[in-house]
Amino acid sequence: MSALLHEEYPVESGDYDRAGEASADIKRKLKQLGVPATVLRRVSVASYEVELNLVIHSDGGVLTLEVTPEAVRLISADRGPGIPDLDLAMREGWSTASETARSLGFGAGMGLPNMKRNADDFNITSKVGEGTTIDMGFHLA
Amino acid sequence: MDATKTRYHSVRLDKELCKGCTNCLMHCPTEAIRVRKGRAHILDERCIDCGECIRICDYHAKVAITDSLEDLKLFRYSIALPAPSLYGQFRGLQDVGVVIAALKRIGFDDVFEVARGADVVSRAIAEKLREPSLPRPLISSACPTVVRLIQVRFPDLIPNIVDVRQPMEVAAEIARTEFCKAHDCRPEEVGVFFITPCPAKMTAIASPLGQKKSSVTSAISMMEIYGRLRPLISKIQKEEKPEGTSTSYGIGWATSSGETQSIFQENALCVDGIQNCIRVLEEIENNKLSDLTFFEGNACTGGCVGGPLTFENNYVAKNSIRKLVATARAKNAETPAQSVPASMMNKYHLRLDVPIEPNTAMKLDDNIAVAMQKLQRMNEIIAELPGYDCGSCGSPTCRAFAEDIVLGYANEMECIHKMRDKLQTMAEQMVELAQTRR
Repeated sequence: MSALLHEEYPVESGDYDRAGEASADIKRKLKQLGVPATVLRRVSVASYEVELNLVIHSDGGVLTLEVTPEAVRLISADRGPGIPDLDLAMREGWSTASETARSLGFGAGMGLPNMKRNADDFNITSKVGEGTTIDMGFHLA
Repeated sequence: MDATKTRYHSVRLDKELCKGCTNCLMHCPTEAIRVRKGRAHILDERCIDCGECIRICDYHAKVAITDSLEDLKLFRYSIALPAPSLYGQFRGLQDVGVVIAALKRIGFDDVFEVARGADVVSRAIAEKLREPSLPRPLISSACPTVVRLIQVRFPDLIPNIVDVRQPMEVAAEIARTEFCKAHDCRPEEVGVFFITPCPAKMTAIASPLGQKKSSVTSAISMMEIYGRLRPLISKIQKEEKPEGTSTSYGIGWATSSGETQSIFQENALCVDGIQNCIRVLEEIENNKLSDLTFFEGNACTGGCVGGPLTFENNYVAKNSIRKLVATARAKNAETPAQSVPASMMNKYHLRLDVPIEPNTAMKLDDNIAVAMQKLQRMNEIIAELPGYDCGSCGSPTCRAFAEDIVLGYANEMECIHKMRDKLQTMAEQMVELAQTRR
């Protein structure tokens, strides 16, 4: 049976002070595990984007890291508000970021497309009023 | 942390002087120091020769190994390669020619300015930046500490490092070639000595980055020759002296942003100080700065003028360089691209030709499944540690201590807080035991 690493990072809505800490810890762990540099780069980008998405757009949620010898998996599950039109949300340049977020340099509408581009497997489900789940896989073997 | 691999390092420990305090331990950017048995130890495979520990040690127990002027005697001819930061060591210096003359007077047969090498490198980088589909931002390769930092902590950014050799290397190759031609001698008869502001350059000569062999023979610390040069400077200032050969831009490489100004990049970020470099590299790693074209990182505050082997206060030196650049530019405003002839670009080796490899010293195990078990075990240990990051155990943080335990380099009872708790429990048990017998 292969070893499995499982970490959960709660991420709060609007917590810009801690934004980036979860992805920084994820990066450090993956470096300690010796994940190849090319995969590391893609996970870095995707984990930072997904963490910032939780801070900027969600009502808060949990970012989960799972590692097996075969793959790295990142799952972001939030408590809402949910995305009404996923096709629109996946479009480059589309953003519903608040003025606060934009004033901090976010909201370019590249978050979701960037995640999709960097992950080997990308799956997003969302229900208005319930929340959004993003599941990303990165192959190691 | 493979103990079988030993690498060359200029930064060393003087065991006699080390008190076993935790100053260096706490300031090492790659967690490469441990205090064991009352003495600091440097972990070879993690050390990036930044010299932060040299700066911080009150007991002068951290030293940089460089060569001395005595080594000039080993060669028939010797050439000095002054780093541009050397010019910043002399207040009121009006002309780099003074330093060139002074270097000749203390025993060098010839002097070739690294600032001139920087001109050539500037042109090469500017040309490189025009190539299509490069990773963004390109990262300067000039500061060897930043390159080694990337190898250890940001291996995924290695493809962003610009594949152009350091000014010191280019200068050495040009200097030796020109000297041999002019004096009709063989290359091995000529010793080429870099006058260095930092131990990292010494390490880069002994164990090169991105090339098989360094063109530089060795490095001599600025601190070592400062005393010899100082009295000559004011004397020569009034005499006939040679002209500098570099542009004003080449001189500017002595300070942070000098490189960026030489390659005329609008969308560049110049960062100095190793902790600041780490913060910005984290952001580059997160793709937060993808609109940047160039990142110039200098491990030392202010750039090379802040090197651990410089004599003058780095802010004073920075100001001296600023004035020197302004004076030189008023005389001749040529840019590196205008000053360096195109013919020079194919004549010398300007590109790095050996891949820069990631440094795997941060890896817990070669087998990822085993590494995961170790990481899991680390998490369990961390949960039991106090989280003071006091360094009393000899590791820089509780997390690093947990890592050392997992790797077999430390044991839990070296944590004085855990030890105290254990003693307390034992004391209580003894009292209990004593009472039951009564």
